[in-house]
Amino acid sequence: MKADIRVALVGNPNTGKSTLFNALTGLNQKIGNFPGVTVDKKIGYSQLPDGRSAEIIDLPGTYSLYPKSRDESIVFSVLAEKATELTPDLVVVILDATNLKRNLLLYTQVADLKIPVIIALNMIDLAKKGGVVINIDLLAKKLGVPVIPISARKLDGIANLKAAISFANKFALQEGSIDVKAIAPDLIDSICKEIDTENPYFALQLAHQHETLKFLTPAQSDRIEELEKEHSFHSQKAQATETIARYNYINDVLYDTVKTPVTAQDESHSNKIDKVLTHRVFGFVIFMGILLFMFQSIFAWSAYPMSLIEDLFVLIQRGLRDALPTGPLTDLLIDGVVAGLSGVLVFIPQIAILFAFISILEDTGYMARVTFMMDKIMRKVGLNGKSVVPLIGGFACAVPSIMSTRTIENWKDRMITIMVTPLVACSARLPVYTLLIALVVPSRNVWWIFNLQGLALTGMYVLSLVSAVIVAWVMKFILKSRERGYFIMELPVYRMPRWNNVLFSMYERAKTFVLEAGKVIIAVSIILWVLSSYGPGDRFKNIETKYSQPQYAQSMKPHSLARVISTEKLENSYAGVLGHTIEPVIRPLGFDWKIGIALITSFAAREVFVGTMATIYSVDGDADRIDSVQQKMRNAKNPDGSPVFTLAVAFSLMMFYAFAMQCASTVAVVYRETKDWRWPATQFVYMTLLAYGAAFLVYNLLK
Amino acid sequence: MFKFTQMTLSQLEVGETGIVKEFTDLEMSVKLMEMGCLPGEEVRVSRIAPLGDPIAIHVSGYQLSLRKFEASTIILQ
Repeated sequence: MKADIRVALVGNPNTGKSTLFNALTGLNQKIGNFPGVTVDKKIGYSQLPDGRSAEIIDLPGTYSLYPKSRDESIVFSVLAEKATELTPDLVVVILDATNLKRNLLLYTQVADLKIPVIIALNMIDLAKKGGVVINIDLLAKKLGVPVIPISARKLDGIANLKAAISFANKFALQEGSIDVKAIAPDLIDSICKEIDTENPYFALQLAHQHETLKFLTPAQSDRIEELEKEHSFHSQKAQATETIARYNYINDVLYDTVKTPVTAQDESHSNKIDKVLTHRVFGFVIFMGILLFMFQSIFAWSAYPMSLIEDLFVLIQRGLRDALPTGPLTDLLIDGVVAGLSGVLVFIPQIAILFAFISILEDTGYMARVTFMMDKIMRKVGLNGKSVVPLIGGFACAVPSIMSTRTIENWKDRMITIMVTPLVACSARLPVYTLLIALVVPSRNVWWIFNLQGLALTGMYVLSLVSAVIVAWVMKFILKSRERGYFIMELPVYRMPRWNNVLFSMYERAKTFVLEAGKVIIAVSIILWVLSSYGPGDRFKNIETKYSQPQYAQSMKPHSLARVISTEKLENSYAGVLGHTIEPVIRPLGFDWKIGIALITSFAAREVFVGTMATIYSVDGDADRIDSVQQKMRNAKNPDGSPVFTLAVAFSLMMFYAFAMQCASTVAVVYRETKDWRWPATQFVYMTLLAYGAAFLVYNLLK
Repeated sequence: MFKFTQMTLSQLEVGETGIVKEFTDLEMSVKLMEMGCLPGEEVRVSRIAPLGDPIAIHVSGYQLSLRKFEASTIILQ
């Protein structure tokens, strides 16, 4: 889509930037990556009142153009790089009207880059309610830019903002804020000449950031470095001088434009909630309660939609079986593709519920309080309060969580967080756990309200957190630190969650899961079906020849004869051979060769387990009986007639899945984030060893 | 003695206020000042985390959390 004007959205975190982005673009948006880096790039399109269309780019939230993290470093490079497909014609700076002072810092920096700017003054309704009086006309006059009061949540003022975007100037008309040149006059002059720019603030930013900016040539960067030495430029001192000058200017601007009451009402309201939620006793009790409620609900609320989806797929398989002619292609479609597909789609309810909870916790500001409460404990084990968010996010999926560790500024804290996040029980393990728990744990209530199955699941989740903490503690002594850790973080005011955003995130995550995991699972299901339906050499032929001898037809009923043949075929198929090869290694864990096949395929992605079980047991069982995976596994028997999935085997399997690094996407994202193969390799080895040890221990204890 | 007269932010109790005078750590001061914690600014300790660290302060019209060690680099008037 080609737009007439390109607009970048810039603002502090927690100012409602994403809400405004959604309000401007609706569902007309797409998420990608910024070139060369793995930072989410959200682009949407908006129809302007004059008939033109605007492309809106949502840039990561930041407090300043001086980046503290990799996400934030995108902001300056997008704004500053000339004539690319992302260079904005106009910047909309979104400011929180209840906290103008700190928000204006970023505005003055952006304004000094001399890109045309519009201010969207968000949460104007909350500011009014809190008694903050803003003289908007005077503010606009003093800054020299249009200031549009809006309330993104209530969709107030969005039309005005769109109109302002369509009337926006091609040239920057804002007043300069501070005397930038005074900070480093000679250096700025030299850089301006070197890079051929007339903007002193652009030159100063280059002096600070040239080492990380991709649009400078190495020669240019080296030249700037030389100039800095020549003029003895001290980056931190210059930043301190600049920040003080900017706040002086901001105080001048706000002096006669904004009147704030002694305590904003909103804040004191928030204070009352904080007294309970960060209470020294109740704080932790409530946090544990919320986690327990989350997992109970995931189990309880998803049960009905999940069984609906399962039933639907049994119907589809039965229908296809009746409608299509028998043959290998029909088998491939039904036992391979459809069985695999049902394995994916059945988890949509659980994933949607989990992401609903996580986005509510983040949206309300509660996640920041959890960070605040947990920092001291987390630091003791080598993590950081901010590690809590990726760890809790790890309950959903390690991939976005590992990406979210970018907010942790300290290298060592971040590496340890990345190394332990995959231990947290992610949603891909959920199907494995639910399936196995439902097989061996009775669904019975204990202590009034706790369902035994729910408790077993909660236990698996607690175990995952405990193991992550222990591994982090061990790594604290192994890794050498490079820099100091910080914990300077805003505690946003409590707000009601934006239900639109919650729904949007549920939809977005479920879609990503189906598309990303679905591809892998269907591919694996097909490969697996082929591997289990064909065997090396003429083994299959030999089996058929053997059983076509008359004595078998006489001594056995056709029904059981077919079963014996298919079991023997599976055992002699490529998959069976593979499973048998690793059987000696996994026998001590209580696993047979069929489970071995599932373990191998699960190294692509854990949720493949269920599909694999479905495929293996449909190939194994009779073709006419189509059961759900759970029934198939319940009916599975060892050669001696005892059931395969005993308590010991099920829990041993769960231990293996709890610890093993069975996720190709996580390995890939860890490499992408660390840029060093040794990290994912170490992670893979330590997790697999842990998995083997834990499964061995549990099997032998429960046997 | 000279150093006894210097009060740092980490020494304030919940509810007490002070005015930022200077910083003992340049690297930290850059981050703190960007977040609106500047010389001349009034700060109030609004709460302490359940385990005694970090602390939450009220500054520039919002709530900022920082560790006790970080607070100890902020000298008050």
